[in-house]
This record gives sequence, structure tokens and C-alpha cells, in this order.
Amino acid sequence: MSQYSLELQDVYKSFGKSEIIRGAALQVATGERIAIIGPNGAGKSTLFNLISGRFGVSSGDILLNGKSVLDLPPYEINRRGLSRSFQITNIFHRLSVFENLRCAVLWSLGYKYSFWHRLNGLKDAQERAEDIMEQIGLKRRRDVSAGLLTYAEQRALEIGITIAGGADVILLDEPTAGMSRSESDAAVELIRKVTIGKTLLIVEHDMGVVFGLADRIAVLVYGEVIACDIPSKIRGNAKVQEAYLGGHAPVEG
Amino acid sequence: MMTSNTTTMKYSPLNLGRWLIWSFFALVLIIAPMIFDKGASLSILSQMGTIMIFALAYNMLLGQGGMLSFGHAVYSGLGAYFAIHAMNLAGNGAIWMPLPLIPLIGGVAGMFFGVLFGYVTTKKSGTTFAMITLGIVELVHACSLMFPGFFGGEGGIASNRVYGEPFLGITYGPQIQVYYLIAFWLFISTIGMYAFTQTPLGRVINAVRDNPERVEFIGYNTQRVRYMTLILSAFFCGISGALAAINFEIVTDENVSAFRSGAVLLFTFIGGVGFFFGPILGAIVGIFLTVVLGDFTKAWLLYLGAFFIIVVMYAPGGLASLIMLNLRVAKFGRFKRIFPSLAAVSVSSVIMLLGVVLFIEMLYHFTLESLSYGTERQLFGFTVDTAAPTGWLVAGAIFIVGLVFFRMTKKSFQLVWGDVNTEIEELIKGGKA
Repeated sequence: MSQYSLELQDVYKSFGKSEIIRGAALQVATGERIAIIGPNGAGKSTLFNLISGRFGVSSGDILLNGKSVLDLPPYEINRRGLSRSFQITNIFHRLSVFENLRCAVLWSLGYKYSFWHRLNGLKDAQERAEDIMEQIGLKRRRDVSAGLLTYAEQRALEIGITIAGGADVILLDEPTAGMSRSESDAAVELIRKVTIGKTLLIVEHDMGVVFGLADRIAVLVYGEVIACDIPSKIRGNAKVQEAYLGGHAPVEG
Repeated sequence: MMTSNTTTMKYSPLNLGRWLIWSFFALVLIIAPMIFDKGASLSILSQMGTIMIFALAYNMLLGQGGMLSFGHAVYSGLGAYFAIHAMNLAGNGAIWMPLPLIPLIGGVAGMFFGVLFGYVTTKKSGTTFAMITLGIVELVHACSLMFPGFFGGEGGIASNRVYGEPFLGITYGPQIQVYYLIAFWLFISTIGMYAFTQTPLGRVINAVRDNPERVEFIGYNTQRVRYMTLILSAFFCGISGALAAINFEIVTDENVSAFRSGAVLLFTFIGGVGFFFGPILGAIVGIFLTVVLGDFTKAWLLYLGAFFIIVVMYAPGGLASLIMLNLRVAKFGRFKRIFPSLAAVSVSSVIMLLGVVLFIEMLYHFTLESLSYGTERQLFGFTVDTAAPTGWLVAGAIFIVGLVFFRMTKKSFQLVWGDVNTEIEELIKGGKA
């Protein structure tokens, strides 16, 4: 067992001739919360897609709990304890909130492809789903189709599905994108609450969220992690100021 | 239909116990032949039974898994071939296999080919999946003419379902005994397929239908989910094929054709893919439109096609969704409000339909039969001369009256229907702005 939950070693990724990720390196300790910031097109979402197995890397290595996850399909990486959310809401529209969450807990409870268990007889899956539903505050929307939820509720469900399987490494891709200030505050509280004791990687544009949530901030510019440090030091980092904000330090709020 | 706290069937109108519904279903199966006891109705009921199993199994893919298969007759057809060979072998005394268990042979055979072909087809999803299934059904159909030893060439394989010692006097010679055999298998298969929707795999295939990408990120291999569902579906298809073989005592290459696959797709869609019981309705209406209507008019295929198009365009959820939407309106106590305009629209549609049917029937008679049978024919009790203008004018007049009436009533119906359903959806949303 390595000391790092997640480790990126000199990762490269190109699509055709364009290199999106060029030598990104990052080490995330167990239980740490890291925010990834960077200008548009820096490759933040691509980095998440590489870590979660949606795309394969061109070169380099990605270690999850000390073991390489290169060339593994997403479901295999998920089974090894990494779960992610999506920037564009990615839920099961025609299933109810409860069913969305129940689907998300089934594999981790070992039911696999079972067609000999009766779903309603699976108390553990039911309790787990109810539990998550309580945490994300959608209890009274239990039987509503996910497609009918409000945007903020869908984002909360997105986080719920991500954490439901009990993975200990969580990747959240812009969880507060498109939210109002109060919705976003609630989402941050939710994220803080549900990721206690877990390793968290979060892509975020909102500096308020970033500074409020992260133990360390990683700055990604043109496919490279140019700095990774505690928030107060990132603010004063000359390289970050120049590359990311054109000379203006990230400001809170 | 079935109520429980699952919400995939979210329009479940009444919270009746599951037992009540299943008992009612069993009761209907038992008394149906006593109510419909005229002429060929027993044979029609038997056909409906086999097609119900087929359509329900097909809907495991289409409705529950979002997989559009054009080649499902492969599984029912090959199941039927294995079943009929087993019947012949058992008839010769080569193997021991009582007739009531023959459907199991068909099921296992269907499942075997599900394992075989499904491995290839479920590697892909969406349009690619549909294309590959079409390829496979053409492949199997071509093979059926290439290997006459097994498939019997163009004449097919015939058999006799009466063999072995009668058990309690049941020989399976009379149609009524075959009907009850089919009803029995229909009942267990329906329970089996409904139970499937209540299992982890049955729920995850819904998730795969809604959003396959996300399923990969909650630990499931979507390809495996589709593959396993297809294998189970193929099992029930095989049962249906075997029952058809017992019913007709013959299996031909048509059983493994794209035509047969298309028919089950049509029936399932007409019935409604969004509800578990939709395919049951689809099988009833489908067999009615093909077999029963075929006895009355040569234009049955035209009516089937037109009906299918109307369903796809105006009620894409099928007959099941029409029923459930109206029940939902009734459940929220608003049926009184829509009833007058609903009745007006229905009556005007029927008048329009009558005009169209008269027109089509006269046209068919005039172009196809007038040379050999004369230009006169009976229509709804009247003698109509299709060469004279009177009949055409009457048909045209009826149609125009219906059309005018329809256009007058359509607007108000749409308004009320829209209002009522918006109100109900707001209520369901739980007062959320």
C-alpha cells in the first residue's frame, strides 16, 4: 500500500496531433482534498477522464492506492475504489431518485449481475440508498423521476450517485457549475459532509469554493501541473499569478 | 401495472395487492376460452398466448434495455425448430420427453443461441446493435434454406403433438388442451419476466437504457449487462417458439425470418414499450389485426401498417400509455373534465375511420376482385356497386363529415387534455416551482 491514494506520474495525452496533457504529475495523500484550478482548456476535465478510465493515456502512469490503473475500463477502476461525477449532469433520467441511488450501491454490496435476488428484499441496498438520499437532502423527492428534478437537485443527485458506492477516492468535476450563490454554498456544505475521511479531487472555477474546501490547490496550465500547494501559498505564487491570472492573484469570493 | 414501491411504473393507478392482479390474470386465462368459444377463437387465443410471451421477452430488450433488435425471431424460431425435432424424437420413442416439457427444450435452445449470437451483437449498442441483429437474422434465415436436413427446406418440419401415453386422459390432441398448456406457460413466463424487472440485473438494464456511460462509472460492465439480459430474453423467446411449434405442429423458415422479427417489434411497440404489460396488449391487438382481420378483408396488412404509423406518431408510448394516462387523469379526479371532449373526438374519429374503411374496401374490391366476382360487394350489410359513383360519394361524405367534426373538436380536447396533465404533473412534482 502506497502512502498516496492517487498518483499521476508524468502523464501525457494527445488527441491526434494536439497534446492536451503534457507531463502532468500529482500526488494525493489519503484523506486529502485537492482542488484543481486552471484556465479554460487547460485540460482539467481531460485529466479526470484519464484518471477515471474514460480515455487511455498516451504515456505515463496513474496509480490508484499504489497500483497502476492504466488500460483498465472505467467499471474496473470504479470497483477498485474510485468514483467520479460529471460536469454535465449524468444521471438516470427515467428512474426515480431512489432507484438512481439503489443502482449506484448494488455493485459495491456484491450483487453484481444477479437476477436471482429480489431488489425489495435487499435491506442493505435499500438502507444504503435511503441513507445517501438523506445526506444529499432529496428524501422528499424519493419517488420523483430524476429527469423532473430541478437543476440543483440533479447536481446533488449526481454527487449522491458518485459517493453511493462507498469509493474512497472521489473525483468531482465542477459540482457547482451553473448554480446560484446559495445553491453553491449548500453544495459545498454537502461535499464537505459526504467526503469526510475520503480522498477528494475537485475541479472548480469558483474561487470561494476552492479556498473554502481544499487542503491543497493544484494549478493546471496547458496540461501541466505548475504548482500544487496550500491555498495561502498558491495565492502568492508568482508562476501561478503569471500563467493563470495574467498577473492577478486568485481572489476569494 | 403491478404496484409496488418501484417507480419505473410510476403511473400505477391503484394500489392493489400484487396477488390480486396475478389472480385476476390467471382467472382471465382460465375463463377466456369459455367466453370466446366460437369457431376459430380458441386457435386465435392460443396464438395470442404464444405471441404474448414473445413480445414480453422482446420488450426485455426494447423497453427495459433500450436495445432495438431486428432479429429476435432467431431465438424463437430456433427454439421452435429444436422443439419440433424433440417432439418427433419423443414420438419415435428415441427420447423421453412429455409434451408439457417441450417448451423447456425450446427455451434452452433459444438461450444457447442467445449465448452464441448475443456475444457478437451485444458488443455494440444503439444503431450498430440493431444492424448486427438484422444481419444475424438474415444469416440464420439463409442457413435455414441451406441445411434442409435440420430446417426442412421450404416445406419446413412437421410433427404430431399427440404421442406417448395420455396423462390423466390428456392427449393434447384437442385445441382446448393445447390452449391450457400455452396459458400455463404464459402464466409462469410472465411471472418470470416480471420478477426479472425486480432484480438487480433488471434494474441495472434500465439504468443502461437511460445512460450507459454513467453505468460504467458505478461499477457495471454495460456490455455484460446487455449480454445477460439478451440471454434471458432469448430463453423466453425459445419457450414461445416451442409453444408455437406445439400449436401449429409445423415450423418453417418463416419462423426465423426478419418478417417475423418485424412483426414482434410492431406488436410490442403498438402495445407500449414503457410498461411491463404493454406487450400483452400489443399481442392481443396485433393478432387481432393480422389473423382475425385477415379473415374479413384482404387489406389487413394496410390497416396494420396504418395503425402502427398512427401509434408511433400520436401515441409513442403505445396503447398501454394511453390507458395509463387516462387512468392517471381518473385517479386525480379530473376525468369528468376531459370526458365530453374526449368522447367528441373519439366519435368523430370513428366516423372518419368508417369513411376511410369504406373507401379502402371499395378500392380493393374494384381493383382486385371486380373482374372475377363482379363489381358489387357487401359492406356493413349493404350491397355496394364499386363501379357506380354512389358508394364512393357516400364514403367521401362520411369521411368529410367526420373530418369536419374532428377538426371542430380537436382543439378543445387538446386544450383540456394539456391543462389537466400539466396540473397533474405539477401535483406530482410536489408543488415545486
